[in-house]
Amino acid sequence: MGKKIVIPHITRIEGHGKVSIHLNDAGEVTSTQFHVTQVRGFEKFVEGRPYYEMPSITARICGICPISHLLASVKACDAIMAVRIPKTAEMLRELLHCAQIVQSHALSFFHLSSPDLLLGMDSDPRKRNIVGILEKHPDLARDGIALRKFGQLAIERMAGERVHPSWTVPGGVNAPLTSDSRDAILSEINIAKSIIRRAIKLFVSIIDRFEAEIESFGNEPTMYAGLVSASGDLRLYDGILRFRDPAAGGTIADVEDPLDYANYIGEGVLPHSYLKAPYFKPRGFPEGNYRVGPLARLNVAERCGTPEADEELAEYRQRLGRDVQSSFFYHYARLIEAMYGVERMEQLLNHPKILDTHVRARADVNALEGAGIAEAPRGVLIHHYKVNESGAMTWANLIIATGHNNLAMNRAVDQVAKRFVKGERIEEGMLNRVQAVVRAFDPCLSCSTHALGQTPLVIELYGPDGEALDRVSTDCD
Amino acid sequence: MDSKITIRIDGELVKTDRGASIFEAAKANGKHIPGLCNMKGLKPVGACRLCMVEVAGVNRLLPSCTTPAQEGMSVTIRSARLDAYRKQALELLLSERNHVCAVCVSNGHCELQSLATALGVTNVRYGYRYPKLGVDLSHPRYVLDHNRCILCTRCVRVCAEVEGAHVWDIAGRGIHSMLTCEMNRTWGASRNCTSCGKCVQVCPTGALAEKGFAVEEMIKRTASVERLTAVRGGGR
Ligand code: SF4
Ligand code: SF4
Repeated sequence: MGKKIVIPHITRIEGHGKVSIHLNDAGEVTSTQFHVTQVRGFEKFVEGRPYYEMPSITARICGICPISHLLASVKACDAIMAVRIPKTAEMLRELLHCAQIVQSHALSFFHLSSPDLLLGMDSDPRKRNIVGILEKHPDLARDGIALRKFGQLAIERMAGERVHPSWTVPGGVNAPLTSDSRDAILSEINIAKSIIRRAIKLFVSIIDRFEAEIESFGNEPTMYAGLVSASGDLRLYDGILRFRDPAAGGTIADVEDPLDYANYIGEGVLPHSYLKAPYFKPRGFPEGNYRVGPLARLNVAERCGTPEADEELAEYRQRLGRDVQSSFFYHYARLIEAMYGVERMEQLLNHPKILDTHVRARADVNALEGAGIAEAPRGVLIHHYKVNESGAMTWANLIIATGHNNLAMNRAVDQVAKRFVKGERIEEGMLNRVQAVVRAFDPCLSCSTHALGQTPLVIELYGPDGEALDRVSTDCD
Repeated sequence: MDSKITIRIDGELVKTDRGASIFEAAKANGKHIPGLCNMKGLKPVGACRLCMVEVAGVNRLLPSCTTPAQEGMSVTIRSARLDAYRKQALELLLSERNHVCAVCVSNGHCELQSLATALGVTNVRYGYRYPKLGVDLSHPRYVLDHNRCILCTRCVRVCAEVEGAHVWDIAGRGIHSMLTCEMNRTWGASRNCTSCGKCVQVCPTGALAEKGFAVEEMIKRTASVERLTAVRGGGR
């Protein structure tokens, strides 16, 4: 008799989703699905609202990475105003963005994933969380908390309010940076760097324990997409959207004008998920499967462009190759990016113009359509708006990072389930691996589905006749 | 005749100008009565029902902004009954339209919002109506968002009484009342609007705002309009 597994709560990810695993009579996995429940109506809700309200509205879609939405949104608004924002404003936005990436990556690595990595995938699930880490590896837990705080405090110093800063506005930012804030953030840069250095060292030292996971955690060739500068440096706030296909020998497309994204990105629909599945249009669906996020960004970029991150990147590539395929290494890539983020913050804070007080351009509607692309911690985020002559929204489209990874995540779950889920009895460790592969992508399901709040993922196990056999539920934390 | 009269407010004897409203009498004596539609320099209309007070010998509540103070009157401006009543009136205002403070230009600088906080309105006991209302973005500099309008008519009055343009009126009745521009024109098509911005500055909520202001950025300069009306001697 066959079985279907449902993992009711993929804990330690943000959002709302479900994994179903179908078994055959021999207890082997035949197929899997990664479902996401979507709350619709967002696009309708904004119709008629002034376009310049979009940053604050979209930032409220998601409590996890509001700053990424803010930035993609203000960039789309800049495009509607058809202005070039002051250089200092651009630097301040990037600074804010880097701080957010650092704190988000810290959360993902230290709080959400380090329990699997350090305590082991099969360890006692009641202790496999940040509390367990605090007990066994108190230094690491403290580092994680400190790094997150570094990012959060930097954001607070710039934007005043940690969760939904209204500092970033169409045309720039609404107040210059003070020298006090600059100095305060700068004084903590070295501590942040040393935390990340330690974390990278630690990660590298445990890689060998995860051979099986490395092999099966979404270890399939895909294309990659991410922002880069004209010379190919890693970019998080703004840049050229580059698609890379290692199988085709490198870069396959560079999207310079954000509005062109629609010529390259199609949005497919997966039958069992409400989350749209974007694909690289020229290749068709689902062959145009690509990944975004830290792993993808490091594959797409030639280099980071900051000294220490580049050293780490060189070592990463020496170990794993020019294009790193296993999604297990999202963790590694995330740490290198965190280093880049901190170094970039340092560069920006030391820029002679960072305290300049001209930080906002003002203009009316000068274009009826605008798109903004930024790298959210989880990957490429696109906001695309249309307005009428007076600036009322007539249409909106958002493509979020978790969406881009939808296809790849589905395949990764399938790969992991096929490798680790076997037999009649469902071991907790098997299911944790299914959850862990989803966590490796660090998906933010609440924003991908425009749902408010967070609900953990569900995993269900089904037999060949479709009967529900098991439902493994772990507490959410 | 003595230009001053004596009344009792919450038991305390106070002197006030003859002809002043109870609202003004209280204010002149440092006593605060909440209110959203009343504004110095504009004719009082008693629209918001938040300044209701108890007057000894009258068995219904009276709006203090439109009720003249009279010699020997005894007025209660603070009581449990009034608190409950004002809270209810404010909740009704909030339930009537779409006050999504988190994304509102006036968040943090809104008279409706701060009054709700002051009165301890932590939730709304009535079902929200969620009306589908438009936003008029046709004016080059300003925007009218009906979703946030509480029909206080400050804009109507300042425009007619002070600027002399009379762009605004209230159309419809009861729950269907809506602010309207010159017999239902869009604001951008108005023939009388001088773009002076007074209506925007006196609006207690985010209903009237300057264009391009992001969330929380719209800080109204009500005081400057009050000073202007004092200089011109408009209203009273
Ligand atoms: S006007 Fe704006 S801030 Fe004031 S109560 Fe309404 S939504 Fe809230
Ligand atoms: S637009 Fe503002 S000032 Fe005018 S009636 Fe509505 S709330 Fe009052």
